[in-house]
Amino acid sequence: MEGRDGAGRGRTVLARAQGHQQAATEAEPSAHDPGALVSARSLWLTRGGRAILQGVDIDVQPREIVTLIGPNGAGKTTLVRVLLGLERPDKGSTLRKEGLIVGYVPQRFEVDRAIPVTAGRFVALGRRAAEEEEEETARALADVGAPHLAEHQLSDLSGGELQRVVLARALVRRPHLLVLDEFVRGVDYAGEAELYTLIGQLRSERGFGVLLVSHDLHVVMAQSDRVVCINRHVCCSGVPESVAQHPEYERLFGPQAARAFGLYHHHHDHHHDLAGEPRPPGSSSPLDVG
Amino acid sequence: MTEPFLMRALIAGLALAIVAAPLGCFVVWRRMAYFGETVAQAGLVGIAAGLALSLDLTFSVLLVAVAVSGLMLLLGRQQVVPFDSLLGLVAHAALAAGVVAASLVRGPQLDLMAFLFGDIFAVASSDLQWIAIGGAGALAALVYVWRPLLTICVHEDLAAAEGIAAERVKLVFLAVMALVVAIAIKIVGVLLTIAFLIMPPAAARPLSESPEQMALFAAIFGALGVALGLFLSVSFDLPGGPSIVLVMAAIFAASIVPAALRRRR
Repeated sequence: MEGRDGAGRGRTVLARAQGHQQAATEAEPSAHDPGALVSARSLWLTRGGRAILQGVDIDVQPREIVTLIGPNGAGKTTLVRVLLGLERPDKGSTLRKEGLIVGYVPQRFEVDRAIPVTAGRFVALGRRAAEEEEEETARALADVGAPHLAEHQLSDLSGGELQRVVLARALVRRPHLLVLDEFVRGVDYAGEAELYTLIGQLRSERGFGVLLVSHDLHVVMAQSDRVVCINRHVCCSGVPESVAQHPEYERLFGPQAARAFGLYHHHHDHHHDLAGEPRPPGSSSPLDVG
Repeated sequence: MTEPFLMRALIAGLALAIVAAPLGCFVVWRRMAYFGETVAQAGLVGIAAGLALSLDLTFSVLLVAVAVSGLMLLLGRQQVVPFDSLLGLVAHAALAAGVVAASLVRGPQLDLMAFLFGDIFAVASSDLQWIAIGGAGALAALVYVWRPLLTICVHEDLAAAEGIAAERVKLVFLAVMALVVAIAIKIVGVLLTIAFLIMPPAAARPLSESPEQMALFAAIFGALGVALGLFLSVSFDLPGGPSIVLVMAAIFAASIVPAALRRRR
């Protein structure tokens, strides 16, 4: 069965918050992309009278690294939670590929000291089957450069160590889609670069898709195939350079941020227009602007 | 220790300690001590109802425990009154209702002490049947949901994102808790049941490296509490349930105080 959440597909989409949008648009949400790992259309969500998502469309394709950026309170984490099925949208729908295996690294990971659990056991709990648990766990911890932590109690780990262990838990599942929410928070500068490089490497080796949330504009990774800038709705999206030059982006974050953006970028021998073209191969959704 | 009533008390207490150990761990991990306390206190309503309708008391307590668990799940959805206030409210409303109902049923002369603090020496063979069948069922259910429930305890969102049917697993846990509380009330009483559930796991925590180890140590400490408590009770003519709980508290102190001192350094 394909997981389909939410209701209200095809309903009238109410006026978006953007000033330059028409007051009310009779818009039929476009169809889900059947090839995408996860595909969402017209997500609307309000909590406590506050609009959090206002008509968000997003797809993550196999092997694609999508980075979600936006200011604090832009709804990035909520969007991720809706995509993972942890929260139901008021309107709109998400479609996860049949049998999709997700590896998730949540934004905040508080270790509960009431439970005695070693890092190795914690990683093993992510496994879907118990066989070869030890080898798989050891391999996942080695992949993230933390093989020595297996016997440590989870509650004794430092912030950086914990992040690696939670990543190992996501990897041990052999995910199709890796979801990292503010993954590098609290890690020093060098550590950030190292972790991003690691994710890019693993993606190349294993071919999973990655959805990455970042509020830190300095570190949008070089390996990002596509950056989606959201502020309750999708402001702009495209390859990193095109987003950095987008007027919506500059309006949201200021010219300072626009210049700092893409620090990790190496050279690219091609250019993209401001509307966010070209799109990654296989994506059926035109990338929204505004 | 050859008296039949003493043997029954010992067997009932030891079996309950073994079943309570893994369940109690989950109660501690999921921070549901007060939820359990509320379910247990509502048990007095079940006892009164059972007396009025001449039902098996364990069965009527079980029905009330399930109903109260469901009620609190429902009430937990509203967000105006904090959940801990709600638990305090329901727990004491239920206790008051139980005392009133019991005195209506049996008149004010009814000896409430046996229901509030249990009467382990009055354990009958029908109670042993409940403990054997209900306890085995509870253990089997816990073994069955052990891995997903543990995963939920460690991090619920992570478990749900990984595809664990969290709501269903939590319902199994609540059902097992209602069952064990119903069985335990006859033995240790409405007011001491939760102590019986959480003291051994709490004592086991500082010494444990894994969840399974904690459940095992909890079973050992629980059994020790029962055996030593009964011995003290018989030797010094003390009430059974409270003696057991006091020994468990002493074991907890012996375990936690060194751990607390170690942290200070």
